[in-house]
Amino acid sequence: MAIRAIRKFRWVEGLFCVYKPPGVHWKLVRDRIETCILEVRGPEFRRIKVGVGHRLDASSSGVLVIGVGRGNKPLNDLYQMCCTRDYTLEGEFGFATDNFSRTGRIVERSTYDHVTQDKLEKVLAMLQQANQKALLIHSNVDMRSQEAYEMAVTGELGPQGKSPPILTGLRVTGFQPPFFTLELQCLNETQRYLRKVVHEIGLELRSTASCTAVRRTRDGPFTVDQALTRGQWTAAQVALTIQHYNNSKRQSRPLPAPAAL
Amino acid sequence: MASSCVQQLCRRSTSHLRSKTSCVTLLYSTHVQNHVAGVRTADKTNAGGDLIIHGNHSIFHTSQRRQQVGVCYYSGYNASPLLPTEHRDTKELTDALSQIKDAQHLTETNARLDTDEAVYPSASEEITDKDASHTMVPSTLPSESSSLRDYVDESETLSKLVQLGVKLWKLEQRPNVGTMLLKLDFQTDVVPRLLFLKEMGVEDSGLAYILSDNPFILKEDLENLHARVNYLKSQKFSPETVASMVTRAPYLLNFSVKRLDNRLAFYQQQLGLNSSKTRGIVARLPRLLSGSLEPVKETLRVCKIELGFKENEIQHMVMLVPKLLTSNKRKLTQIFDYLHNTMKVQHHLIVKFPQVFNSRLLRIKERHLFLDYLGTAQYDSDQPNYISLDRLASLPDEAFCTEVASATLEDFIMFQKTM
Repeated sequence: MAIRAIRKFRWVEGLFCVYKPPGVHWKLVRDRIETCILEVRGPEFRRIKVGVGHRLDASSSGVLVIGVGRGNKPLNDLYQMCCTRDYTLEGEFGFATDNFSRTGRIVERSTYDHVTQDKLEKVLAMLQQANQKALLIHSNVDMRSQEAYEMAVTGELGPQGKSPPILTGLRVTGFQPPFFTLELQCLNETQRYLRKVVHEIGLELRSTASCTAVRRTRDGPFTVDQALTRGQWTAAQVALTIQHYNNSKRQSRPLPAPAAL
Repeated sequence: MASSCVQQLCRRSTSHLRSKTSCVTLLYSTHVQNHVAGVRTADKTNAGGDLIIHGNHSIFHTSQRRQQVGVCYYSGYNASPLLPTEHRDTKELTDALSQIKDAQHLTETNARLDTDEAVYPSASEEITDKDASHTMVPSTLPSESSSLRDYVDESETLSKLVQLGVKLWKLEQRPNVGTMLLKLDFQTDVVPRLLFLKEMGVEDSGLAYILSDNPFILKEDLENLHARVNYLKSQKFSPETVASMVTRAPYLLNFSVKRLDNRLAFYQQQLGLNSSKTRGIVARLPRLLSGSLEPVKETLRVCKIELGFKENEIQHMVMLVPKLLTSNKRKLTQIFDYLHNTMKVQHHLIVKFPQVFNSRLLRIKERHLFLDYLGTAQYDSDQPNYISLDRLASLPDEAFCTEVASATLEDFIMFQKTM
């Protein structure tokens, strides 16, 4: 029985992502997944190592990468690697709060009739420019070198390790005053910073804005389509997802170069 | 656990001894003498502190070593199936002490014996068969342990409990429970109580559950247990009901008759129900009798004042779903808030389906938003396409999607990911 259980565990070890619903602390999600995977009850299997990738705070939702057992090692590598994450932010014009979201105390109210989509896009372009500069500065490479050029060509130019949050891409996907939706890619961010970005956009437009929803749609190679929702947090589903992911990884591995003649 | 035994032991013997480490007792005889009690203490704190007492030729290291004799127990001394418990330890300790005192007398006379001429019997020396039969093999039972695993093979109580199906691995984590179980005698303590439970009508699987949850029932006085069961029967609970109540609320029989009486009266008074209905509620949820009353009072206050339910509405809801009384105050208010203010469901409909309070707020939210998105969120019973709250909250995902929302499960999953 124990051997069978251990063998069963092998299938469940690996990396996969879940969809964290809003309003729930990420720790509860992690604990819930641990309980669901630990279908084998008994004195030996009381706890398994379940690790969480980049965290999501309580009111955000979206892709949360989970590593089980031996998958925690690649999880660590993923965490260290600087890959971007995709977010969808929903904002609302008209009021500003102290914690930049709906739940905070309202600090200021203003009108927003003068705000149009191209004004918003202008502000976003400005933001993107500032962030691009920051990206180049923090990449610690001399801008005038050949190395910098090659890195920029292959798209590897970026900060290695710690840096302040940087938005690498930013665009408007929906505009229906007072509501608007942004889509952005970023590095080293926190959800609070993203809400602050929305707040600042409001200020730049000479109005006020606050963030109503933060949703992560991609974390590195894990996207929303592969994420498991709450009804799917079972050991069987997890094993399937991990297998699927491993297969796709195997397929995308580059073929060995042909031997030189 | 057992460490407390050893610590007490040590405290009692600090006047003579100082070391607290456990030691192994070795009884062996040399080929020179017959019944020689040799005690070797391997004192961990004192490397190389060997103390050997031979019957007549005792060699005692000087008085400095005397203070570093460890705690010893002669495990083969009393051949008993159970482990050396506290009182046995002290008995053996006093024996050991008296022996040491005798030895001390001898050493004081032989104090001038050379330590170089120590007669150490070598382990590779052959001993005669006669001496071998006198050799007592030391028991390998540790005097203290952090788990009951070491004692299960030896102890009759523990092994029988394991055979019953009691979850010892859970029980040993609770403080003092392990020691208590070890000290119980199977024939005099455990068996009468098990028989009593079986007479009541508890099944074997129920026995294991009760003991895993409430091992202290094995310490309750049998007369008290009988009195409490008789009291419940006098309150017109049928014997089968009593058995099922005890199985589901294992701590029930630990309460005195007076306490049980008070609690039943409390529920009858607070809910304003007649005795048969109170009996019904308590029989369905016996936890009400064995849990604390403060949260129940709080919940009733919340229902009345914050949520605005009338007395008869609360009665109706509790009759349908007694679990309401023990539910979390915050959860109740959150679910009610969402139902009443966001979904615009009226009081009387919530009263009809109190089981919505059992489900999670997130589930209700997701399903409601999905129906809203599809345009079929209709909770007014007078209107067409009415969706009842219990179908909204209690149906499994698959059934909800096909019957209530007329959509596929994949659509629902995709929608959940846009929240």
